[in-house]
Amino acid sequence: MRFSTLSELVRLCEREGVPIGKLMLAEQAREADEPEDAVFGRMHDYYQVMKEAVRRGIEEAPVSRSGLTGGDARRVSDYLEAGVPSLGPEAGKAMAYALAVSEVNASMGRIVATPTAGSCGIIPGVFVSCQERFGWTDERMVLGLFCAGAIGYVIANNSFISGAEGGCQAEVGSAVAMAAGALTELRGGTPEQAVHAVGLALKNSLGLICDPVAGLVEIPCIVRNGFGAVSALAAADMALAGVRSVIPSDEVIGVMLEVGSRMPEAYRETAGGGLARTPTGQKIARDIRMEQRNEV
Amino acid sequence: MRYKDVFSIIGPSMVGPSSSHTAGAVRLGLTARAVFGGMPEEAEIVLYGSFAATGRGHGTDLAIVAGILGYEPDDERIRDAFRHAEDAGMRVSFRTAHRPNTHPNTATIILRRDGREDSVTGCSHGGGNIAITGVNRFEVKFSADYPTLLIFHEDRPAMIAEIAVILGRAGINIGYMEVDRVSRHGSALTVLELDQEPGPDEIGGIFSLDGVSRVCVIPLVRKT
Repeated sequence: MRFSTLSELVRLCEREGVPIGKLMLAEQAREADEPEDAVFGRMHDYYQVMKEAVRRGIEEAPVSRSGLTGGDARRVSDYLEAGVPSLGPEAGKAMAYALAVSEVNASMGRIVATPTAGSCGIIPGVFVSCQERFGWTDERMVLGLFCAGAIGYVIANNSFISGAEGGCQAEVGSAVAMAAGALTELRGGTPEQAVHAVGLALKNSLGLICDPVAGLVEIPCIVRNGFGAVSALAAADMALAGVRSVIPSDEVIGVMLEVGSRMPEAYRETAGGGLARTPTGQKIARDIRMEQRNEV
Repeated sequence: MRYKDVFSIIGPSMVGPSSSHTAGAVRLGLTARAVFGGMPEEAEIVLYGSFAATGRGHGTDLAIVAGILGYEPDDERIRDAFRHAEDAGMRVSFRTAHRPNTHPNTATIILRRDGREDSVTGCSHGGGNIAITGVNRFEVKFSADYPTLLIFHEDRPAMIAEIAVILGRAGINIGYMEVDRVSRHGSALTVLELDQEPGPDEIGGIFSLDGVSRVCVIPLVRKT
């Protein structure tokens, strides 16, 4: 790749007069030494997996393997149809779809890690709901995924994308930033605006800890995916309106690295603190251990 | 750069819930199957660290068994892997153990058939990426991200040169290599990560070298 920071990415796009998604497609083809259509095809396949996960999560309302979670996407979806959600129907749909994909993940269904399995709902939630709303083609969405991937590539190489390393800010936070930047570009924003959306979004999740109950990718991961999709819409709207990230996005990524590096181990996917260590969180963990022992 | 391309960010396509505890675990099982060379009659699986503590909730147990059955990380049969193992006549047992200074997501997979046994130890360190750290008595390290050759042979001079010549003549580049031996002049294992897939001629050529007892090919290049 010819860039390692977001500002380098913007400069390259401006110099070559291409959006981030197109630039990343060409960069990936060069990196993999494959034709662009092969690389595009693989991403296209991933997008079909995402759409199928949205559908299954809503229609089949799958229950997680532990039995702890499931059906929330269906609940939100039914609620959206029955009344007037405070968010409005479009943001409500992004939220429902993000919950849907995360619930499919927890039920051992097929998803695409974006960038991880724990944060797999946010990008499909934003992408699939916006595709339905604006009537975009799959081809356009696939270029959007390359844009999201370019942003994630910079975040991952300059900070972290896994909860075990940097807390939930690294996992859900990165996914929200990727979705926000990609949506900005999909809606006609410039590369510079897209990168502002990244900084705006990341600032809103700095410090978020990774504290899953019983160590499972369920509580609070699933609802955080729902919230994450809504945040991404908000960040894209701010950027498209001309709001700028006064602290440059590359510097915000640096802050995520700093905060994550100083984050106590208890808050990095160990179930050693936070929600996992609440009386209820510990009781749930004990119950699951008992069940497993009984199964053996 | 830790992450080299767009598909290490968007991807892999996988069965949930965890890229490290589920997708990576499938790949550990697939690697063990490739080392063993097919289906075993019996699989004994030892889970360490976080795999032992939260592995069942994440389906790590199912995922490893699915890999031994030859399923890819995005195969939806993973959740029913125990039933499929039973149908295939494979006995499966699990135990947990503690070992100091091991990566938290570590498993040892011991496969047996017809009095033959292979043991593969590896860890899963996120995003579906794995590192194999041991094969039988040998301490080796490889990622299974490249076509990989495991060559079991006697420890003797020029062995590695002869292997390299066979690969070099076929235009196959060695990206990484490691050799471990039980003792001087004893048995040794050479692991080669290659940039190109070796063909039957190369594999056959290496197998017929004096002192080579076995050649395994680990073909899991794509993380799907």
